[in-house]
Amino acid sequence: MFRKVTLAAAVGAAFAAPLPAIAADDAEVQKIRDEIKDLKEDYETRVRQLEQRLEQTEQHPAAAAAAPVQSAPMQSAPMQSAPASPNAFNPAISLILGGQFSNLQRDPETYQIGGFIPGGDEVGPGSRSFNLGESELTVSASIDPYFSGWFVMAVNSENEVEVEEGFVQNSGAISGLTVKFGRMLSGFGYLNEIHAHAWDFVDSPLVYQAFFGGQLKEDGIQARWLAPTPVLVEVGVETGRGSAFPGSDRNKNGVNSAMLFAHVGDDVGISNSYRVGASYRATKAQDRTYDDVDSLGTPVTNAFTGDSKMWGVDFVWKWAPNGNTVDRNFKFQAEYLHRTEDGRLAFDSTGANLSDAYRSRQSGWYVQGAYQFMPRWRFGLRYEELSSGTPDIGLVNSGVLTAADFPRLAENDPKRSTAMIDFSPSEFSRFRLQFARDEARFNEADNQIFLQYIMSLGTHGAHKF
Amino acid sequence: MAGALALFTACAPAFATVNIFACLPEWAALATELGGNKVSVYQASNAMQDPHRIEARPSLVAHMRSADLAICTGAELEIGWLPVLQQTAGNQKVQPGQPGFIAAAEFVDRLEVPSRLDRADGDIHPAGNPHIQLDPHNIARVGQVLTQRLSQIDAPDAAYYESRGKDFQNRWAQAISRWEKDAAPLKGLRLVPYHKDSVYLIKWLGMVEVMNVEPKPGIPPSAGHLSDLVGRLKGGAADVITRSAYQDPKAAASLAEKTGLPVVELPYTVGGTPGAKDLFGLFDDSITRLKAAKK
Repeated sequence: MFRKVTLAAAVGAAFAAPLPAIAADDAEVQKIRDEIKDLKEDYETRVRQLEQRLEQTEQHPAAAAAAPVQSAPMQSAPMQSAPASPNAFNPAISLILGGQFSNLQRDPETYQIGGFIPGGDEVGPGSRSFNLGESELTVSASIDPYFSGWFVMAVNSENEVEVEEGFVQNSGAISGLTVKFGRMLSGFGYLNEIHAHAWDFVDSPLVYQAFFGGQLKEDGIQARWLAPTPVLVEVGVETGRGSAFPGSDRNKNGVNSAMLFAHVGDDVGISNSYRVGASYRATKAQDRTYDDVDSLGTPVTNAFTGDSKMWGVDFVWKWAPNGNTVDRNFKFQAEYLHRTEDGRLAFDSTGANLSDAYRSRQSGWYVQGAYQFMPRWRFGLRYEELSSGTPDIGLVNSGVLTAADFPRLAENDPKRSTAMIDFSPSEFSRFRLQFARDEARFNEADNQIFLQYIMSLGTHGAHKF
Repeated sequence: MAGALALFTACAPAFATVNIFACLPEWAALATELGGNKVSVYQASNAMQDPHRIEARPSLVAHMRSADLAICTGAELEIGWLPVLQQTAGNQKVQPGQPGFIAAAEFVDRLEVPSRLDRADGDIHPAGNPHIQLDPHNIARVGQVLTQRLSQIDAPDAAYYESRGKDFQNRWAQAISRWEKDAAPLKGLRLVPYHKDSVYLIKWLGMVEVMNVEPKPGIPPSAGHLSDLVGRLKGGAADVITRSAYQDPKAAASLAEKTGLPVVELPYTVGGTPGAKDLFGLFDDSITRLKAAKK
């Protein structure tokens, strides 16, 4: 376009300049003007034609000379051959750059979800000020006609790099069956399988932090089978090492976790769709330690050994007018989780090491909605509650110790209310402002403000429902 | 579960129809034209939905699982949702490279293949502009591929597909010459489409794309950009503003109000306007609407 304009201007200028010298008679001027106009148009047409031909040749060397389409033989090969460079088989790489600025009213070092045995490393709001958090590098490709592989490295909220996922997948060896093995985000619940950059809030729900220590990862194998029905009906099993909280590494052969899950989902009209799910997972912990203080204020390390069984139900509903998510859309999501831990609790396991029976029944839920009210802009609300119940502690029941010797296990009902607003300049960038009133500590509320950015570089990742 | 699997496997040959998963309405319409009563077509999206931004909904996963053939545009148009369906459906037949997967854009000459790849240029597609269905010659080519694949997948009915294909290609070739004659007055018409999704139609009918309402592909226009456009469109730089059925009407309408240019709503695909009820209607209606605006 630019070339054409300059050329036309140059032609025009060259002919226009001498005009005043010969401007004797109006008719002659008009004649010359017409000639110039014709010449200009002719020139422009020719330049345009040349440009078009050039463009065609550049883009489709083969097609430029091709005969009209109707008479063309059946095209059964791609019009453009794949590049022949030795790097052509390099896997797809996608990088998420994420980070946040956190303003926390209370010292994050003192954070705890009161009433719950702590575990896992992604509990709490992270550090104050600027943080590089939840940056992820994903590398994926087909391995051969049978397998594809994924590798996801992430920077967690403690600024440590860890392998979040690294698995091999086969889909369809048996109709409807998908098998994954390696390290993967567990299929428990709804949000657990979704990478942090695609969450609607900065942090994971409190119930995930209390029961999974953030996000549940499994080193193991997962199989899921889709029924051949027009409605989504999916059942899955998962088993593995179970070394992550609430399990622990037991240094034993075999497996240490077993899980079952099922999903059902469909559309309701053209504007709505949903998925409901249920999950059950059993694992064992051996000497799963945590720090507490006894009734005299002396720091002690306690340890749980026993069964940890969890079940949960999840529900997601999405709405968009005519199913077109671009202008407006709404996503509602809720999960309820319940966990029973049954075994023995050792008090001061590195010292006195008193041990007796322990049993707890705990639950938690969250409900959240995110509404895109205009292109680029969304706001969301989340409310969540946990119930710690009063654990059955043998050492307390028998009178050896008192409940005051287990202050972290005192009954507590943590709550958190969160609001967020986010702005996405494009599909690949997002800024989010989030306010939370976090009442997870005993009798103490923490007002938290986060300013987060999530940027996506490289391969355009597809997102699950 | 093994028993259930065996049962379903045993039942499979009893389903005589070929299950087709069509990512977009134009391919669903083409599959219906070419497959007739030997196929059962599932249309995964509608004309009111932005094809770049479909959710990988549970119903889509369920239908992909049972599909014998999936026909999509490819060229990364469906990259935000199709790979999830292929990866989670547990269906080997519809994986890339299989006869049961057609990425239509591979079989046509694509326009606007970028010479540089940088997201600073917006949501561009490395394989070129993927909105290929608005050149009817492309429909013909993809139709040939689909006929051949159907004959391959459902060999006993190959003769049926061949004759149905021949019939469609004849009717389509006649329609193309009719459209080309009918649309002759549109030559040189200067368009301002909302998104770069009409380039194949524009090239086919010899029209001109002056600029787009979007500042860059996939980036919605800001108020500042719109007022800049008003300035650039003053003085008769363009004839019509066009927008596709799935696009937000507000930006185009406000631009039209400020420039005095007419807005033409184009169906973009089958079902986008009441007139575009099938593939023939799609082109009939697009041409009719553009001609009406030109007057």
